[in-house]
Amino acid sequence: MTDVAIRCEGLAKQYRIGERESYKALRDVITDAFASPFHRFRSALRHSSNGAASKEEPYFWALDDVSFEIKSGEVVGIIGRNGAGKSTLLKILSRITEPTRGHADVWGRIGSLLEVGTGFHPELTGRDNIFLNGAILGMRRAEVARKFDQIVAFAEVEKFIDTPVKRYSSGMYVRLAFAVAAHMETEILLVDEVLAVGDAQFQKKCFEKFRQISTGGRAIVFVSHNMSAMRTVCQKGIVLDRGKVTEHGEINKVADRYLENMQPDLLSNEAETASFIVEEIYIGSEEGSVIKTFDDVKIRVKAKAKTDIVDPGLYVGLLSRDNQRITALDLKDFQTVPGITSGDSFELGFDISALPILPGSYELEVFLKDLGHHKIELVPGRVGFDVVESPVYGGRKIDSWYGQVGLRACGFAKVTSLINSDQ
Amino acid sequence: MSDMTIIGATSSRSVSAPSVRRAELRRIRIEPSTGWISLGLKDLWQYRELLYFLTWRDIKVRYKQTALGAAWAVIQPLFTMLVFTLFFGRLAKVPSDGIPYPLFSYTALLPWQLFAYALTESSNSVVANERLITKVYFPRLVVPLASIFAGLVDFVIAFTLVVGMMVWYGVRPTWAILTLPFFVVFAMATALGVGLWLSALNVQYRDVRYTLNFIVQFWLFASPVAYSSTLVPARWRPFYGLNPMAGVIEGFRWALLGKAQAPGAMLGVSVVVVGIVLVGGLYYYRRMEKTFADVV
Repeated sequence: MTDVAIRCEGLAKQYRIGERESYKALRDVITDAFASPFHRFRSALRHSSNGAASKEEPYFWALDDVSFEIKSGEVVGIIGRNGAGKSTLLKILSRITEPTRGHADVWGRIGSLLEVGTGFHPELTGRDNIFLNGAILGMRRAEVARKFDQIVAFAEVEKFIDTPVKRYSSGMYVRLAFAVAAHMETEILLVDEVLAVGDAQFQKKCFEKFRQISTGGRAIVFVSHNMSAMRTVCQKGIVLDRGKVTEHGEINKVADRYLENMQPDLLSNEAETASFIVEEIYIGSEEGSVIKTFDDVKIRVKAKAKTDIVDPGLYVGLLSRDNQRITALDLKDFQTVPGITSGDSFELGFDISALPILPGSYELEVFLKDLGHHKIELVPGRVGFDVVESPVYGGRKIDSWYGQVGLRACGFAKVTSLINSDQ
Repeated sequence: MSDMTIIGATSSRSVSAPSVRRAELRRIRIEPSTGWISLGLKDLWQYRELLYFLTWRDIKVRYKQTALGAAWAVIQPLFTMLVFTLFFGRLAKVPSDGIPYPLFSYTALLPWQLFAYALTESSNSVVANERLITKVYFPRLVVPLASIFAGLVDFVIAFTLVVGMMVWYGVRPTWAILTLPFFVVFAMATALGVGLWLSALNVQYRDVRYTLNFIVQFWLFASPVAYSSTLVPARWRPFYGLNPMAGVIEGFRWALLGKAQAPGAMLGVSVVVVGIVLVGGLYYYRRMEKTFADVV
């Protein structure tokens, strides 16, 4: 016997573009709206044909007619690109924001963990913060008191429990924050990408905790970019794409199909220049088009020659959303390409090891060249791609505050103590 | 579901209550709200512990890393009183209803500071707790309420000085002192009423933050803190009550010192005004709060 825990029917959320700037979820959604000129154009068309919003109006749908059912005892992963509506969905289910249309029925208390350590105050001690955070998450004081020892043990901060959390290392901070939330007794638990933080061992511990929670008959909805984590923790998966549910089913099937579908996603229409017909431009890592910082990445341009090409060449520029050229590659710096006869297909590209680009949305600018005829032709339409948010340096998620370039670095610290330096 | 076996479960919850019984579960419907909404006081009551903890946090953090600590709660009204005594009491010779001027102004400064602090804090509260509002669900009313209560501690500390002053000046409290709590609550209700409007407005228009200092300063001089409301001609006095702080301050003075007249019509007008502002503020706040997470 299984009971429904969450049932969504026609859930939709409309945002106004430009109403706020510094808000993460919306920023994601907005960047996604601009992410690909094609997507944006297509979705704009779709809406105007529905009569919902015309192209001029500064609105867009972060969620669009989302319906699904989640049963108690299930762990469900929500999969999707940056700005597909995952965070918006969790926000609606946790009642932080209201849907614009549709409704959801939820049976039982809802606990949400959309951010680690919400409401933690740096000046307060670990002990104080456990109670404060517990209250914020909707736990009773008696409940927190009863679980206090468990929480502290789970977080492994016994020695520092009476130290202000501002003196904690980031690892301790995250562990403590997660420990409080993990001990909530709500029937439904909504978890945004928070497990990306913490070391591998602690992550394992969290997954174990999740499994325990779900065997207790409670439902967990879980958002992550980490596909392998999803496969271990979740039983079911839901794929969101531009605010719509595109897949819902057993996690491995859904994840496989998601990764497959993402591959030919880029530049799906043919583009043409004076001498070339471009069939496909592909950028992806081993995981398909889910690209993380420092992944090995392949760039491929498949095309056909319209005329004889004497000295073919390829230039690929990597641009940020605000049109700054971060870096570029020219094939002639790496190798020579034999001539191509008119009508022949060819594939040019680069293999990049450890792409040092931080999470965010980027674009490729592609030029095909015939150096023999002094021709340099820009392929119309840029190719957008995302570097997904991930714990680049092992700890917390790095966002756009850190710019665009990731560094291979190590920390260094040296303290010279005046008292004990004579050894 | 109830006979499900749990393997290797260690948490006490999983053992003692392995499954959730359907009948007990409350169904929550999440949908766009329309029209007039209830104040959600039941929900608020459920979250009373959060109210307590947020108040407690504000109090606990307030004087962290200050050298003088909680003494600030006395220093502020004390120095204001000294300045007022010098300029208004000594130089301008403002009449003080036969009460020694320092005592006269300090008894007014007590509820005034409570009000001014509560108003400022509550107006900024929603914006200041942005992280909380965008990441966790709880009745949003908790936020301005907690900041109102946090001011009470300062009030209690500052209050000890007035006891000393009354002994010094030989002022004996009368039975009227029993009404004192009413005026304290009234001052807080006034701050809450206005604070609800301003905090919700502040989410959309940050102008509120800049206007606030001006409002508080202006309001101070419009209230009988440095002077007595008897300066206002008797027939205009009920209108003076349109400023609820006039009712609060005169009432507070009367309750504590028992010398001046009990504020009558003026207080009545103040109560009505606060009632309207507070109820209006509650509904306005509730109406606006659904947009907080998207806009703040």
